[in-house]
Amino acid sequence: MVRNLSRRLFAGLATTAVSLTLVSCGGGGGGGGGGGESAGKFDGEIKVGILHSLSGTMAISETTLKEVEEMAIKEINDAGGVKVSGKSYKIVPVIEDGASDWPTFAEKSQKLIDSDKVAVVFGGWTSASRKAMLPVYEAKNHMLFYPIQYEGQECSRNIFYTGAVPNQQAEPAVDWLMKTYGDKLGKKVYLVGSDYVYPRTANTIIKEQMKALGGETVGEDYIPLGNTEVAPIIAKIKKAFPNGGIIINTLNGDSNVALFKQFKAAGIDPAKYPIMSFSIAEEEIRQIGPEYTTGTFAAWNFFMSLDTPASKKFTSDFQAMYGADRVTGDPAESAYNMLYLWKNAVEKAGTYEDLDKVRKTMIGIKFAAPQGEIEMFPNHHTSERVLIGEAEANGQFKILEDSKKAIPPVPWNQFVPETKGFTCDWTQDRKDAGKFKM
Amino acid sequence: MKLFQRLVPWILLAIALFILPAALDDFRLNLFGRYFALAITALAIDLIWGYTGLLSLGQGIFFSLGGYAVAMYLMLNTKSLAGGNGIPKFFENYGVAELPFFWKPFWSPAFTLIALWVIPAVVAGLVGWLIFRNRIKGVYFSIITQAALMVFFHFFNGQQKLFDGTNGLKTSTSELFGQLVGSPDMQVLFYRLTVILLPLAFLVCRYFTTGRFGDALIAIRDDETRFRFAGFNSVPFKTIVFLVAGALCGISGALYTVQSGIVSPQYMSISFSIEMVIWVAVGGRGTLVGPIIGATVVNYLRSLVSEALPEAWLFVQGALFIFVVVLMPDGIYGWVTNGGLRSLLAAFGIAKKAKTYPSLDEEAVPVD
Amino acid sequence: MELFFSQILDGLSIGSVLLLAATGLAIVFGLMGVINLAHGEFMMLGAYVTYVVQSALKPMGGVIFELYFPVSLVLAFIVTGLIGVLLERTLIRQLYGRPLETLLATWGVSLILIQLIRSVSTAMMLGIIIGVASGLIVSKILRAKFSLKPFFTYLNGLGWAASILIGLIAVNIFDKVRPLAKAWFGPRNIDVTAPKWLQGSWGMIGTIELPGLRIFIILLSALLLLATYWFLNKSVWGLRIRAVTQNRQMSNCLGIPTDRVDSITFGIGSGLAGVAGCAITLLGSVGPNLGAAYIVSCFMVIVLGGVGNLLGTVIAAMLLGIIQSVIGSGTLLTVFPDMPAAARGVTEFFATTSMSLVLVFIFIIVFLQFRPNGMFPQKGRSVDA
Repeated sequence: MVRNLSRRLFAGLATTAVSLTLVSCGGGGGGGGGGGESAGKFDGEIKVGILHSLSGTMAISETTLKEVEEMAIKEINDAGGVKVSGKSYKIVPVIEDGASDWPTFAEKSQKLIDSDKVAVVFGGWTSASRKAMLPVYEAKNHMLFYPIQYEGQECSRNIFYTGAVPNQQAEPAVDWLMKTYGDKLGKKVYLVGSDYVYPRTANTIIKEQMKALGGETVGEDYIPLGNTEVAPIIAKIKKAFPNGGIIINTLNGDSNVALFKQFKAAGIDPAKYPIMSFSIAEEEIRQIGPEYTTGTFAAWNFFMSLDTPASKKFTSDFQAMYGADRVTGDPAESAYNMLYLWKNAVEKAGTYEDLDKVRKTMIGIKFAAPQGEIEMFPNHHTSERVLIGEAEANGQFKILEDSKKAIPPVPWNQFVPETKGFTCDWTQDRKDAGKFKM
Repeated sequence: MKLFQRLVPWILLAIALFILPAALDDFRLNLFGRYFALAITALAIDLIWGYTGLLSLGQGIFFSLGGYAVAMYLMLNTKSLAGGNGIPKFFENYGVAELPFFWKPFWSPAFTLIALWVIPAVVAGLVGWLIFRNRIKGVYFSIITQAALMVFFHFFNGQQKLFDGTNGLKTSTSELFGQLVGSPDMQVLFYRLTVILLPLAFLVCRYFTTGRFGDALIAIRDDETRFRFAGFNSVPFKTIVFLVAGALCGISGALYTVQSGIVSPQYMSISFSIEMVIWVAVGGRGTLVGPIIGATVVNYLRSLVSEALPEAWLFVQGALFIFVVVLMPDGIYGWVTNGGLRSLLAAFGIAKKAKTYPSLDEEAVPVD
Repeated sequence: MELFFSQILDGLSIGSVLLLAATGLAIVFGLMGVINLAHGEFMMLGAYVTYVVQSALKPMGGVIFELYFPVSLVLAFIVTGLIGVLLERTLIRQLYGRPLETLLATWGVSLILIQLIRSVSTAMMLGIIIGVASGLIVSKILRAKFSLKPFFTYLNGLGWAASILIGLIAVNIFDKVRPLAKAWFGPRNIDVTAPKWLQGSWGMIGTIELPGLRIFIILLSALLLLATYWFLNKSVWGLRIRAVTQNRQMSNCLGIPTDRVDSITFGIGSGLAGVAGCAITLLGSVGPNLGAAYIVSCFMVIVLGGVGNLLGTVIAAMLLGIIQSVIGSGTLLTVFPDMPAAARGVTEFFATTSMSLVLVFIFIIVFLQFRPNGMFPQKGRSVDA
């Protein structure tokens, strides 16, 4: 009898698993639709690809981008769609999952381009995923928009970057730190980062910049992604800075939580140890817990607390669509911007299929973004407003420093000797337009 | 009927070589090329797990080594990927001016062609020998291969200056014979190459699983202690078979890399290596046809499900693991060949119940 | 000396986290021979229980909220323990004596648990309940009518398939109702705040800071270890568990309910994982992927220590913790400033968190060359079976 029971229970468990599968199948189908407007309103449809990690470790961050992009698409469609040479087109997103796995990003890019024949792809978060996708877009001469702040040192004909490069985030932040704390704590920094390309490259740049400023990097440390053991790093920091010092944090994801929780326990408090983070936005603070981050600094191009009508409208629209408890932040804003930049360029070019023409027109396109006006530069990066904020107990940032105007992008870093003097300009008719000596 | 059965493999091969490239679009064909490349890994795992009873959770190591070998060759021999001082561009980002010494031999195509299976084989042989020599087996073997996988993963992932770390090496914009590796023509070529190499890998596995050597493997799987007490030393057998499997994984990884356009430390993630095992389990372990079916079916299912509903794939995969292990331990192929279909029909009175004499079946295995 | 002491303290605190996570696994693996790859996910469930308790007690505020942590420790044990028992009764039981198969099946379970936490909503839960309930009912009816027919097994399978469909339809209907469709946790990490009394430092010894939560975790792991030791060696059920481990048939003959012993052993192992998960919320992030970070290290601890030996597990965990902390923080460079250039290069190469992990794994593989069965090998007849 007991055996029978257990066998039945087991069958039940198996069923559960299978039914869950099917259930989520059914559930997913219903959710994506958006609005069911009458098809007659539009003259046609433009398919665009959206490629973010919807499963795996990065799903935590990237699902928000997908949501913002869907929101922008809905806004554009509600406002009459994309108007290309007198006709209006509805944007239809084709959503794919990168599964937090870089090779999958490359594979899904191929699918979007070859099988779905999309006009453009919006996607990516980690640098590794962008680096994996890049050859695909170059080999097929297609177009990708990438929304996240990254390390620079790249300039592809086929990618438009709407996030900050170091001269729009890391460099002003380091300058500010030196200006504010340099006298009190000495021109010394300790670098902590996740073990992958963005932190490593960003830290190379910071080290060069510190040299140029006459300062010193006293230590640098990398934690594998997802690792939560930071005790050895705390020991090293205390050894390097017995009486306080400046810490620059480029950790990504889970390790941040461990870092801040264990910093607090080890008595490393922001008053003595100012911490500047480059990957912590409002959403991350919510997950870490505001009481751990209060008093630490972050540099971004947009803060939810930015007090302008455009910023307020962006946040309230987002909350109206996805819930009042949600927060916006820099990555979300950047993802929102890229949809509009693309739309404006397509409308101006009068085509969405002739990618070369769209690419040419894209340069100089402006958009009144939630952060203020931004512009696409000839190096395929956008200008960005630079803000430095201090995390407060309510999970928001108090803005301490504001560049007011948008800073032009410099993708090839001018502090690093290998790339010093190089620039990128896709309006020039030369083979090495992606990287040539000025 | 006999003739027909004999012709089946040839017909399948002809379909894969000539009909599929014409029938499928570039993207789908490329996917099938990858599945067949992964099928070689599945064959290798069947060799060590299905036939020898060694469940390795670290085959990703050998798979990636093969992939890295071919990617390094392609990166070095493509002018457009080289930076100022003639070495791949990514080195510049980390301030590396001189090519690390172990990259140098990969200038040579001949060396690369040998290295992509010899290096994994040597590493596998060494790891295998160190483990088997101490009579570590069963789940301990699985756990230690997993630990070895983590060593390689952290090493490749952390060494930006040597392998471009997490980013991995990209091959689709590199050139071979003056053509872009990512171009459709080259991809069809790689597809055909895979389709030809897969049966060859099958033959290699058949060579090792038949005859005295194969009998020894099965003896080790079924009762290693008795095998040893009969006067044989099981270590060389296990080491050799692990080495062969490593070499096959290396070839498979190289083929997969040129078709997916990237090799990265993610190929050494824990989950990928465990997935490899489930391909074999689904297809049918202890048979050589099973792994090929399993790798193709599971991966095709994966791309179907994850295109339609990304969130559901983990449920499906998890359910698949449980279902196969508990209800269908012989896998698809094993179930069919063991008369599963027939007994299903018989249960509903459609087919006649087969008369089986289990004792005779066991005796019927040829005694060599 | 001070450096030495602080390194040991760091090492102990890393080690105690490993120990906490590995104790449950040591029981399940060592006593039952079951490889539970879902162990990490049980820890994750424990962490989510903590989150739920915290959210429930937050509105009360004050002292009650400050005490939420002990409450969630207990609840985490109970909830994950019960889920463990359920898993044992349904799945693990089918697979005794086939450790490699349990490995694959529990990996499947872990994938399902991860995705379940990500996407579970009220609608999904109701659908599952309806599906399982209808499956049980259909199966019962079929059993009553056709249990002797040759096609019964297949018919039963069809019955289950039909109930899956019913469950599926149910979910789709419930999903239309907005409040039911909202995911409980979602894929995001969630915020668990340590109570005030654990957040800061607990004072100093000399110049060395004593981080409250580190000390707390060291104490907690010691306490759990003692409790486990007591349970296995002094209680009636512990005696039965050890008897079944040594000789199942004989125990059965002597009237020990081996079925129930199995369930209890697995339940306790899982419960301990839940407690570990609860404690880990103090240190790191809480998200669906929490378990993956710990599972491999846990197995390493057990293999290194010797299977089925609690003392070995303790020593192995502490040893790994100390190696990781000493190498990872580059202390060797400070202690021996004038080592030869070659040795210095090697030490620097490994003096990062990632590379110290590599070194730890290499150390284990090398160690097993000399002691293949770990530090404290199991002795007895059943070892080589």
